[in-house]
Amino acid sequence: MLIPSPWRADFPAIAALQRQDQIYLDSAATTQKPQALIDALAHYYSNGAANVHRAQHLPGAHATQAFEDSRSKTGQWLNVGDSGQIVFTHGATSALNLLAYGLEARFQPGDEIVISALEHHANLLPWQQLAQRRGLRLVVLPINDSGLIDLEAARQLIGPRTRLLAVSQLSNVLGAWQPLPPLLALARSFNALTVVDGAQGVVHGRHDVQVLGCDFYVFSSHKLYGPDGVGVLYGRHEALSQLRHWQFGGEMVLDADYQQASFRQAPLGFEAGTPPIASVIGLGATLDYLAGLDQAAVSAHEAALHAHLLQGLKVRKGIRLLGEPQLALASFTVDGVHNADLAHLLTEQGIAVRAGHHCAMPLMKQLGLAGAIRVSLGLYNDSEDLERFFEALDQALELLR
Amino acid sequence: MSLPAEALRVLEDFRHLAGWEQRARLLMQWGERLPPLSDADKTEANRVHGCESQVWLTGQLQDGQWQFTASSDARMIRGLVALLLVRVNGLSADELQEIDLPDWFNQLGLSRQLSPSRSNGLNAVLQRMRELTR
Repeated sequence: MLIPSPWRADFPAIAALQRQDQIYLDSAATTQKPQALIDALAHYYSNGAANVHRAQHLPGAHATQAFEDSRSKTGQWLNVGDSGQIVFTHGATSALNLLAYGLEARFQPGDEIVISALEHHANLLPWQQLAQRRGLRLVVLPINDSGLIDLEAARQLIGPRTRLLAVSQLSNVLGAWQPLPPLLALARSFNALTVVDGAQGVVHGRHDVQVLGCDFYVFSSHKLYGPDGVGVLYGRHEALSQLRHWQFGGEMVLDADYQQASFRQAPLGFEAGTPPIASVIGLGATLDYLAGLDQAAVSAHEAALHAHLLQGLKVRKGIRLLGEPQLALASFTVDGVHNADLAHLLTEQGIAVRAGHHCAMPLMKQLGLAGAIRVSLGLYNDSEDLERFFEALDQALELLR
Repeated sequence: MSLPAEALRVLEDFRHLAGWEQRARLLMQWGERLPPLSDADKTEANRVHGCESQVWLTGQLQDGQWQFTASSDARMIRGLVALLLVRVNGLSADELQEIDLPDWFNQLGLSRQLSPSRSNGLNAVLQRMRELTR
């Protein structure tokens, strides 16, 4: 069965990588970029860079306009409407740190923060460290064999002491949509704040933060075919107003004296210093590009490729999937084969996949694994990429067994 | 500085390889030849951090010569470490300071194994060796 990608040619790096005999199957780590984004970066830098929200001059006005256009495009992408604001950060990690520091003063010793067992370090460590600073309890929701957060356990663990719930929408290791609606409803029923780590989820399908009903939604531009160095923090107005200012410096200030200062509200109050202007503008161009695609066709393509991937793994002996991946990626181990050896031999054959703990060490420890191989897909991948991967996998396993 | 006899053999072996498969087989063969490390030496203190697999490295100066032992639960890194030990075992402290190990792996056609990517174990092993012999 041939599954060609009609969007492959929109991503020039795919052809360049192919010329270097590289098959890119690591899009859950970061994605290749569409020409539209590369053009936008080149246009910005070759037509006059300027700082935003500061200067009265024309280049400054143009840059600010383009920057703020990206903010509204990002808001539209998540259907923010009048519900809240988009704050630009330097990545999903820095957005989650902003929340952990910005909300710190609202927690009292003994309060509980709830996360899940499958969180990426970015949505674990900021809360873990906050809990240590303030004497809070970090509650970890267990997952079931399918790789989903266990709702029955969640009903026992989320309660009146819960002040905040922070969970992933889609696991970067297990590739499964998490049951957010019941989890968020549960947290809301105890007036807890809700944070959704959308780093993987935002890449697949369109998500409506008003339908989700979360207080905060976080993602990274670079995983969504955008530039690196930019993160997005959506916050509902009421939730944003609970944040204390975190980083201080240029342009987040209303009025400053030597001994005191007052600060802007969101979004600018949380964007201290010069933001990654070109990257934010580039994200806008990426979102324009993505918005122009037939979303149903993209989803169908991703589903067909993923089914092909699972099928190919299933027919090979000794391969064990982690959880029951639903889309985008599959992580696996092979009986009797060290994942570092397999990764080494796949690399030798030009297959770019990820091996290791996938920034989720506690999850891997819980699964009793030292590591796993992860194959992850982008909309530019096609069935030929997967065939190349399967061939390389067979060759590697033949050598190792 | 002349190469130890075994290192010359390695160099000869790796010079005439036709492709990744032969290289991988040869690496594994050299890994198999690495003398086993006793369980007593597989301690946390001897573990090299920064590898995807578990790697242990010990080093001792005996009669003015460095003697290293090492092991790993993964075969490719075990092979790489074996090729490292072939080059450094028996050297004096001065000789070890002078040796260009990246160049050694370059000569073997394995320079890619020293890329700065953090998942790469060989760098961590070299780093640990430098610490042990400082």
